[in-house]
Amino acid sequence: MSLPSSARRAAFCAAAVYAVLVTASLRAAARPPLRICADPNNLPFSNAHREGFENKIAELLARDLERPLAYFWSPQRRGFVRTTLEAGRCDVIIGVPVGYRLVQPTRAYYRSSYVFVSRRDRHLGVRSFDDPKLKALSIAIQITGDDYNNPPAAQALAARQLVENLRGYTVYGDYAKPDPQREIVDAVADRRVDVAVVWGPLAGYYGRRATAPLDIVPVDAASENPALRFAFDIAMGVRRDDRAMLESLDAFIVRRHAAIRRILTDYGVPLR
Amino acid sequence: MAEMRRSALAAVLCTAISLAGCRRGQDATGGGAFAPQGSVPGAPPSMQLVADVSRGEWQMPAGDYGGLRYSTLDRITTTNVMNLHVVTTFATGVARGHEGQPLVFGNTMYVVTPFPNNLIAVDLTKPGGAVKWIYEPHPDQRAVGIACCDVVNRGAAYGDHKIIYSLLDATVVAVDIDSGQEAWRTKVGDINRGETFTAAPIVVRDHVLVGNSGGELGVRGYVAALDVKTGKEVWRAYNTGPDSDVKIGPRFKAFYPKDQGADLGVHSWPSDQWKLGGSTAWGWISYDPTTNLFFYGTGNPGVWNPDLRPGDNKWSSSIIARDADTGEARWAYQVTAHDSWDYDEIMENILIDMDYGGRRRKLLVHPGRTGFVYVLDRETGELLSAETFQPTNWASGYDLKTGKPNEDPAKHTHFGTVTQGICPSSTGAKDVIPSAFSPRTGLLYIPAHNTCMDYEGIEANYIAGTPYLGADVRMYPGPGGYQGELVAWDVAHNRKAWGVKDPKFPIYSGVLATAGDLVFYGTMDGWFKAVDARTGSELWKFHTASGIVANPVTYLGPDGKQYVVVYSGIGGWMGAVAFPDISADDPYAALGVVGAMKDIKKYTAAGDTVYVFAL
Repeated sequence: MSLPSSARRAAFCAAAVYAVLVTASLRAAARPPLRICADPNNLPFSNAHREGFENKIAELLARDLERPLAYFWSPQRRGFVRTTLEAGRCDVIIGVPVGYRLVQPTRAYYRSSYVFVSRRDRHLGVRSFDDPKLKALSIAIQITGDDYNNPPAAQALAARQLVENLRGYTVYGDYAKPDPQREIVDAVADRRVDVAVVWGPLAGYYGRRATAPLDIVPVDAASENPALRFAFDIAMGVRRDDRAMLESLDAFIVRRHAAIRRILTDYGVPLR
Repeated sequence: MAEMRRSALAAVLCTAISLAGCRRGQDATGGGAFAPQGSVPGAPPSMQLVADVSRGEWQMPAGDYGGLRYSTLDRITTTNVMNLHVVTTFATGVARGHEGQPLVFGNTMYVVTPFPNNLIAVDLTKPGGAVKWIYEPHPDQRAVGIACCDVVNRGAAYGDHKIIYSLLDATVVAVDIDSGQEAWRTKVGDINRGETFTAAPIVVRDHVLVGNSGGELGVRGYVAALDVKTGKEVWRAYNTGPDSDVKIGPRFKAFYPKDQGADLGVHSWPSDQWKLGGSTAWGWISYDPTTNLFFYGTGNPGVWNPDLRPGDNKWSSSIIARDADTGEARWAYQVTAHDSWDYDEIMENILIDMDYGGRRRKLLVHPGRTGFVYVLDRETGELLSAETFQPTNWASGYDLKTGKPNEDPAKHTHFGTVTQGICPSSTGAKDVIPSAFSPRTGLLYIPAHNTCMDYEGIEANYIAGTPYLGADVRMYPGPGGYQGELVAWDVAHNRKAWGVKDPKFPIYSGVLATAGDLVFYGTMDGWFKAVDARTGSELWKFHTASGIVANPVTYLGPDGKQYVVVYSGIGGWMGAVAFPDISADDPYAALGVVGAMKDIKKYTAAGDTVYVFAL
């Protein structure tokens, strides 16, 4: 009673916040966990140390839904959806492209694109596959290894008879390393290749960690085939019959749009 | 009482057989577990065997070096096979796809399970599948996420008193045949780079020969030789890259100009794409002791869309002959250059010496994924015949002068272009599941599929956090109202003799031919069948617990009886659709095969049973 009113107010607030937190964590503990399907070694998306931006979004989501967070870890390879989400071992994949047929996507929560990555001191300024400079450059691209399936850059370069210039780096990378997908960006910094065409979130994250300053420029749409797109809307993925989870995630994406965006920006994801 | 009488009778018979000196144990110690190289009883003199064929035991994956999957055992015949019945069943404990086959040595049967690749030794002198020991290698769990198409294993080989086989995590292990103790363990490939091992090795003299899998993940294919005593890698021969890596030297003589030239494994690819060029060796290896050459096929060119890899992409989709001591290549024949369809050519190569086209030839017969049966002169690599055994339209035939197919450009696949009605589909007119050849009938018994496919534009896909664009592939039953067929192929006349059609599913089980003029095979809905080797008439069948994707074998038991064994456990690329975690309502799942396999869940479910049959 003898406390000044400002202190009283602070104490009250602290108590209130504490109460809210306790209530929330008690509530969360009592609820079934939010089970996320994720790759344990796939930065900047996710890893088992929970250092990826998808881990951060999952934490935000779990807090928002007041549920404890649980992971089912599996390398994101062919069969990932089948052996994780579809097998009922987990309920949400934090990142999938809209239009990905194996899951029910939520509403998109970001849009990014493939980017050209080059050393800043080269002043290449490439932003289109029609840039004549490309004819004289070595060009690193990501490859998936799934038969007949490749990132769109592969096709754009094939259409321009630039296949001799290609250098392939698998999207899996060397899974023994903590940063399997880093090598394609390092190859630019180390001058092993002149330019790389990389999915934006990877380029943004590893570009900041590279040994030399890099330019990261979004790829302009290819002229030859409108289906050949370089920008993708990214959503969360749930089982096709999981309406309840779909609605709850859609609401979360709207409600926490700004916070999600902050996480993506923190990780250097080029947003479009 | 009846039971007692029967066993008493069996004991008497057994004794009689022992006295006659044909007990299998004696066969084994006397080196007579194989019928000698040359002719086999009942085979025409125009037919000579390249290697000893299996008699009382089953000592290598295909039964013999020539890849025949033929046994001289003739106690089960066309006239008594109707009395065949189950004598033992036992579970392996791993309900995934059971491809491959057991080995039988002395009084023991050796079974390799799907991942985690346990080795189970079963005592044949005791009833009921008595386990002598189980060796558990505990391969790296991460291999499961990397293997493309179920976690199968295609069996073990024997050498230097050891059972030798591959683990899914690209390791090869050798286990003492008696004690079950690990003798050596060699990490040959690297799962971190996408390599897995599913193939059965073979042992030739002092070497274990083994090939890698994982062509879908940017792996570069090779065959490696390990020292049978220590497991140490002796040499490695790549299937892409410079001649020095491919072990192409002065003794290499390809028959056709298309396969001649320096460093084709580099120059037939744009820039350095051969480094991720697939062309793995995940199928079967056969061996000719008289020339000391071994023969195997390579997988499709990896990773890249056809549009991205102009050129022949050597040595993808090829048949390669190598020296078994040094790995040095002697010839190669590329079956399809610049593959557009995912036609791996890792299928078995059956080696026979026979009268063919008017003279005695040393043949290599390769029933292809492409829908053609290829007959080659295995001394030179010359293509002697290529005729279709299933509906095929990507090519109208082969020009024997150039060794090239006459391809239909309208059936080529291109990114973003709709191409309909390509036959066969990517699963091929047959897959890795092996054929059998009977020297008595001159027929090759091919487990075949009849599926076609459409390439339907572009779909968004996603892997390792990265969106990409790919072809929608949809597979469906081919023309003729059937999906599978056991095809009996008359090798001497390059034509189909007869076929037994399966309206519902591809034939995805291996085949066994015996001197009893029987052919054994299984179906994906679980039937195990015996048909007359000369006519295809069905003589016997039994319904097992799960679909059959394994290869039957036969042996003479310690009691002198002939036994037939097969695994029952659906799985593999096509069979995996039977698993509850694959959605049968999505025609694009399991890489498009669901369209062809959508009914499988109605007929079977995962299983893990070893069935042993006898009269």
